[in-house]
Amino acid sequence: MPSETTAREAGRGEGGPVDPAWPGQPEAVGTSDWDQDGLDTDEMIVNMGPQHPATHGVLRVELRTDGEVVRAARPHIGYLHRCFEKHCENVDYPGVMPYTDRMDYVAAMGNTLGFALTVEKLSGIEVSPYVQTIRVVMAELQRIASHAVAVGTYTMDIGAFTPFLHLLRDREKILDLFEWTCGARLLYNYNWVGGVSHDLPDGFVRATRDLLREFDSVTFPELLDLIIHNRIFVRRLSHVGVCRPELAISYDLTGPNLRGSGPARDLRKDAPYSGYETYDFDVCVGKGQYGPLGSCFDRNWVRTVEMRESSKILHQALDRLEKMERTDVHEKVPKRVKPPKGEIYFRTEAPRGQLGYYLVSDGNVNPYRVKVKSPCFTAMSVFHHLAKGMMIADVIALIGSLDIVLGEIDR
Amino acid sequence: MDATYAYLVQLLPAAAGWPPWLVVALIAALPALACFTFMSLGPLVYVYAERKISAFMQDRLGPMRVGPYGLLQTAADTVKLLFKEAIFPKGVDRRLFVIAPVLVNVGAFMPFVVIPWGARLQPADLNVGVFYVVAIASLSTVGLIMAGWASNNKYSLFGAMRSAAQIVSYEIPAVMILLVPVMIVGSLSLHDITEAQAGGLQSWFLFRYFPLMPVAFVVFFVAGLAETNRAPFDIPEAESELVAGFHTEYSGFFFAMFFMAEYTEMFVLSAVASVLFLGGYLAPVPALQQIGPVTIGSLSIGPVATGWLWLWLKAWSLVFVMMWLRWTLPRSRVDQLMYIAWKVLLPIALVLVAVVGFFVLQPATAGGFPWDRWVGWPLAALLVAFLFFVMVRALQWNRRRAQELAAQVTP
Amino acid sequence: MDPKAIHETLVAKFGEKIQGASLEAASPFSVVAAEAIAEVAAFCKADPDLAFDNLMCLAGVDYPKETPPRMEVVYQLLSYTHLHTFALKVQLPRENPAVPTVERTWGVANWHEREAWDLLGITFLGHSDPRRILLPDDWEGHPLRKDWQDPEYYNGMHVKPTQQMAERALAGETIGVGPFDFTPPNRHVKEE
Repeated sequence: MPSETTAREAGRGEGGPVDPAWPGQPEAVGTSDWDQDGLDTDEMIVNMGPQHPATHGVLRVELRTDGEVVRAARPHIGYLHRCFEKHCENVDYPGVMPYTDRMDYVAAMGNTLGFALTVEKLSGIEVSPYVQTIRVVMAELQRIASHAVAVGTYTMDIGAFTPFLHLLRDREKILDLFEWTCGARLLYNYNWVGGVSHDLPDGFVRATRDLLREFDSVTFPELLDLIIHNRIFVRRLSHVGVCRPELAISYDLTGPNLRGSGPARDLRKDAPYSGYETYDFDVCVGKGQYGPLGSCFDRNWVRTVEMRESSKILHQALDRLEKMERTDVHEKVPKRVKPPKGEIYFRTEAPRGQLGYYLVSDGNVNPYRVKVKSPCFTAMSVFHHLAKGMMIADVIALIGSLDIVLGEIDR
Repeated sequence: MDATYAYLVQLLPAAAGWPPWLVVALIAALPALACFTFMSLGPLVYVYAERKISAFMQDRLGPMRVGPYGLLQTAADTVKLLFKEAIFPKGVDRRLFVIAPVLVNVGAFMPFVVIPWGARLQPADLNVGVFYVVAIASLSTVGLIMAGWASNNKYSLFGAMRSAAQIVSYEIPAVMILLVPVMIVGSLSLHDITEAQAGGLQSWFLFRYFPLMPVAFVVFFVAGLAETNRAPFDIPEAESELVAGFHTEYSGFFFAMFFMAEYTEMFVLSAVASVLFLGGYLAPVPALQQIGPVTIGSLSIGPVATGWLWLWLKAWSLVFVMMWLRWTLPRSRVDQLMYIAWKVLLPIALVLVAVVGFFVLQPATAGGFPWDRWVGWPLAALLVAFLFFVMVRALQWNRRRAQELAAQVTP
Repeated sequence: MDPKAIHETLVAKFGEKIQGASLEAASPFSVVAAEAIAEVAAFCKADPDLAFDNLMCLAGVDYPKETPPRMEVVYQLLSYTHLHTFALKVQLPRENPAVPTVERTWGVANWHEREAWDLLGITFLGHSDPRRILLPDDWEGHPLRKDWQDPEYYNGMHVKPTQQMAERALAGETIGVGPFDFTPPNRHVKEE
């Protein structure tokens, strides 16, 4: 069995000699998978370990470097694996919903939306336009918040500390809105099968409009001026991590990662759901303004301008909400969620890319199998390819530009 | 030295009879001790200032709890660091590990010996002042490399190597630029360089050979930023890449020593730049050099020399600019940093030395161009007016924002 | 192209190797013989009418209670040129399930297949890097199988809570701390 060749045998590790002060210590803990006999005398194996300020979670990247230049890179994931798919088989469908929140914990609204839509499509439930509009509003607010974190932490990795705090200040306002609606700031369990958990409170539309006004007029232009077009920032990123479109498609990069390389593919336009076909917005694509198309700068650029497009969608959705007739948000929520026997693969456009749920139902109250295709998992699979030949500082830039959240990769 | 001896004899008439070696030791040690004591209190203030300045730039408040407006924060931090366990990781070279912070501090504090705070307020007026500053400041590089090597940690080694490369590279343009005021004055002594700028703001070296000297000042400042590992050149301690670079493994008091050294180096650079270009302890208007005597009733205070205050103010504004830059700009990558040093700053420095040297040799332009006298005050006035204008606009904007927010709260 | 046309293209090219289909399902699929999946995959990508250049998802599913007991690997395909989707299924026996890898057609299959091996034990023949991906390197067994039993110990640590803890909880003791009152102030409601 291939996996039995454990790490202990695969390579002599960096654990060093056995420490007599540590009884029962396993030999060579935390070793390198690479065969260290074949190492050049110039090369070094550097471990950007699971604990690191810039790897956006518990990710371990093993780099084989020649000085500062990376010759090979190997990411190791699984430090945050929480057996999501096994849990799904033991709880009922409403019970699965909070687990989905916790996968991509930075953009939780998108996860519950995806799962709710998957079950609804399999069961044939159609929600009212009011609920659809609420879902769109929440998803787009979450997209702005998630991209704020992505761009903010990315600039912090590159060295500019201030835009991170400015963006987080605005994200706090969005989280206040979420708290007002459903009581939670980060993990909401908001989208249910057949509806949403709480109706919008009175005054929500006005509060959101105020937030958007400030965002459109102050935060977004400031962000562009201060950091995105900053010369140092551009020089760090514009020739780094260039991913050609064919490579991106083959390794299933989706969302801003794919759009940064050129193809204008957005699920909200290609396979719309929850009423997205009725909104007027553009698909943001990388332009290769400062270097080859598909660089880290382009991916980051797509995320930045997508915040503005989300704001556009939000304005339209809020206009509709004011005029729309309010229905009961729990109207179509079934007492017992029991989809018919069958299977479905349904995908939505989460802030990090295409989030897909493959659901197999055998007609019971518990799902038979839930497999999640997380966009960050596939984005990480191209990492070893892009990291060859770059410097260590660029590895940080690459990880940040792929915008990974380990909760989603490991589930 | 003579002045100190005269003062000592005045205080203690018995000192005239002491053995010469004791007298010499006292004369050498006392001013240096006084200077060192005064300067080592500096980091207390700088750290607090940095935290407050960075907080206001990032739209937050900074330390507010420890003491009124957080004024005692640094004291609390120092006490905490003193009580922390000084951890010696397994495998470190103990001797080098301990000596490294000492060396770095030596390189940071020793330059204060030659910095003139007044016409005769200088611990030692070496006639090779400038040369001494450059030479002794290079000791801190050795300390850095020792810290990186002794830590038995690949990241620290990376940080130390980067830092060595960076400091050595930027030393060259910095030293070249140092030659320029030296050429104009014809002496390496910092006291003579300051006296050569006597006569008010218009004779400061910043405005000589206009527009060449401002360029020289900027080059010196940028090169100095890189010497002290401040952003945008803080690659050696790039927090988000190498955790803390060469001082990753240091904790407790050793870390405090590195911290102290960094802020002291910043102040040293600013002080040297002020002495060389901004007139040192000279007041912008000669009449302000001595205040007094002031008679209130029968009490007569003064005359008080204000030289130390002017140097302190100038050094402090440069320190403020350094902090300002740190929290605004992202950081450059290592090879981009090297590019700036060797391909941008060094050519400019060489050209400047050659051109200014040529003009110094001509009797007609020995002290500067004919229009230099008229440049100083208008430029200074322009700068102050600009800052004032920006401040007024910022206050107006603040007031308007507060009104808007107040209007939004009432439903 | 609609699913029927896609299925017919595949049958026309591969005949016997396409062993079934379910075209009315929510996500239509064709069942492919296990040994032929690599060629079918290559054809799906290369054929200009199909042009499935993207593998959206590769899922392994364990069906121990079906007749016959089997494991399935489901490939969800997407074409970025024609914007149509389709699924391929492969049915494998539960003992030593093995299927050729498709990682040479779609690069992302490398990681998906590692995960299927890790959690379900499906071997992918010809895979360049058959290591575990999510679970620790020294884990034994494949947990997502329906007949998985938790081990009692892992590296000397108890995997399940001890009997003692369970008895105390049943006797009414609180094993943790609490109770807390988490009622937050509602900032958005004005006090009348």
